[in-house]
Amino acid sequence: MLSAKNITYKIGDKTLLDDVSIDFEAGKLNIIIGPNGAGKSTLVKVICNQLKPQTGSVKYGEKDLQSLSIAELARIRAVLSQNIEVAFPLKVAEVVMMGRYPHFSGRPGTKDEKACEEAMHFFDVWHMADRNYMTLSGGEKQRVHFARVISQIWQPVENSCRYLVLDEPLTFLDVHYQFDFMHKVMELLKSKDMVVIGVVHDLNLAAKFADKILLLHTGKLLAAGTKSEVLSKENIKTAYHLEPVIVEQKEKNSLYLFFD
Amino acid sequence: MVQPNKQYKGTTAVLLLLFVVATLFSLRYGAVSISLDEIISSLKKWVTASNDMSLNEQIFLDIRFPRALLCLVVGGALAVGGVLMQALFRNPIVEPGLVGTSSGAAFGAALYFVLSASFDFSAGEWVLPVVACAGALLATALVFTLSKSRQTGKSSISALLLTGIAINALFSSGVGFCTFTARDSQARSITYWTLGTLSGANWHSFMIIGITTVSCIAIAMRYGKHLNALMIGEDDAQFLGVNVKRLKLVILSINVIMVAVATAFVGVIGFIGLIVPHLLRILNGSDNRYLIRNGALLGAILLSLADLASRIVVRPGELPIGIVTSFIGVPVFIILLRKKKYYF
Repeated sequence: MLSAKNITYKIGDKTLLDDVSIDFEAGKLNIIIGPNGAGKSTLVKVICNQLKPQTGSVKYGEKDLQSLSIAELARIRAVLSQNIEVAFPLKVAEVVMMGRYPHFSGRPGTKDEKACEEAMHFFDVWHMADRNYMTLSGGEKQRVHFARVISQIWQPVENSCRYLVLDEPLTFLDVHYQFDFMHKVMELLKSKDMVVIGVVHDLNLAAKFADKILLLHTGKLLAAGTKSEVLSKENIKTAYHLEPVIVEQKEKNSLYLFFD
Repeated sequence: MVQPNKQYKGTTAVLLLLFVVATLFSLRYGAVSISLDEIISSLKKWVTASNDMSLNEQIFLDIRFPRALLCLVVGGALAVGGVLMQALFRNPIVEPGLVGTSSGAAFGAALYFVLSASFDFSAGEWVLPVVACAGALLATALVFTLSKSRQTGKSSISALLLTGIAINALFSSGVGFCTFTARDSQARSITYWTLGTLSGANWHSFMIIGITTVSCIAIAMRYGKHLNALMIGEDDAQFLGVNVKRLKLVILSINVIMVAVATAFVGVIGFIGLIVPHLLRILNGSDNRYLIRNGALLGAILLSLADLASRIVVRPGELPIGIVTSFIGVPVFIILLRKKKYYF
């Protein structure tokens, strides 16, 4: 489990996160939603130790985030950021191998090569292993980074959960690959030591796949829970200033939002 | 599994061979040609500390040999400096002197030429390199201090880049001013020095540059993987377990020390640090672990050949080596860029 407690983060007199407390459980898909400027990326950065909050603490399992070194953290937690640019031409296989960097010094071992290979098969990029990353399409590049990030935490870790943080992972993908990716994340979650936190803009994707939805608004946690608890008319109206039409089919456990 | 390593190893083998060939050529040819027999006999006499040497053997041991070795280490230093700085700045147009190092050294040297003539003090062998090195370190320190953000106290990469360009312009205008106020002969010395020359090579300069370069490259080799991670950005490198703050400090220090020391003795030699990383990336891709190793070899080879050309073309005179590196390097570089698909 990953828990953030009483997080407040300010820049000058602007409060970006206001006393936010959230628990992210293992084996469940936790999705953070919220309008632009709600504090989603800031929260992700605090969780990943890129920003230090003025108050509050983040715990990875029993361990305080501040007690973990950069290298220790990288062996249990992988992060997919937005808009990754690779500065120089590299082969796809070399980009994916970066995910194993926290696990070896010098040369990669067979364990590292196996993890890369399996992660590349998992995200369907194995056939482009030898290609120049620079020549790929936006969607292909995104899948390469999925493989890289997953290879980082492909094998279970002793005495710790594995943590996966996805900051708007679906941006460059078509509908097919959006669903494909979400199904693969669900597959990863079958390992009960996996804690997955994702930031997603598409409310219907959140409704379809999330076990727990967290709605941020103006730096505060507006609602947290299941889709029918969080995706209510009032919450959506408060956060997005739009009135949704909500279609809920209880027997199929599905919920859809439309905006008119 | 895909094996990215094999082709790099092949390149290393070819480069090692060329390294030996280039060294042999630069030992043999110059103002006078020295035969292989003379080389071997002088080396024998050197080992046995015999004083009974011919003129050619004397030339070989006191001038040619240290100069050939100096070429190798200076070339290696500049090329590895280029690899490190391009990787650190995530930018393909960066040169090792970017953070003020080479323009600072040039200014120090220019000041030395002007003042030593005006005040007519008889300067020892060490004054010029010490002044040039001091200039290099001063300019670099200035870049680091000025690029620090007032709020966070940290230097971002783009702030370093821009401040570096500004300080380079400042010190270059300082060199210009010295040249303008200098007498003709001093102005000529300044121009000659700012285009680079290895004619002052001796065993002292080789030992100092050699020890600095070899130890700096040895440290740099440990950070190839970290520099690779930096290719996907500073934040993401941190997510891969890299202490980015420490990496920047180590890599910048290595580069500044290596380039400042080399430049202090041989002047400003352009282009090697810029093109060697690109030539190798075109051949084998961008893995920094191999770029550092192969870059050291290729830089050494290219500078040896350039120095050889500078000694032969206007024999018995000498061209400044910077002219040769640019004159030959630019067309080769452009042909390669156009020939192979080199995506960014």
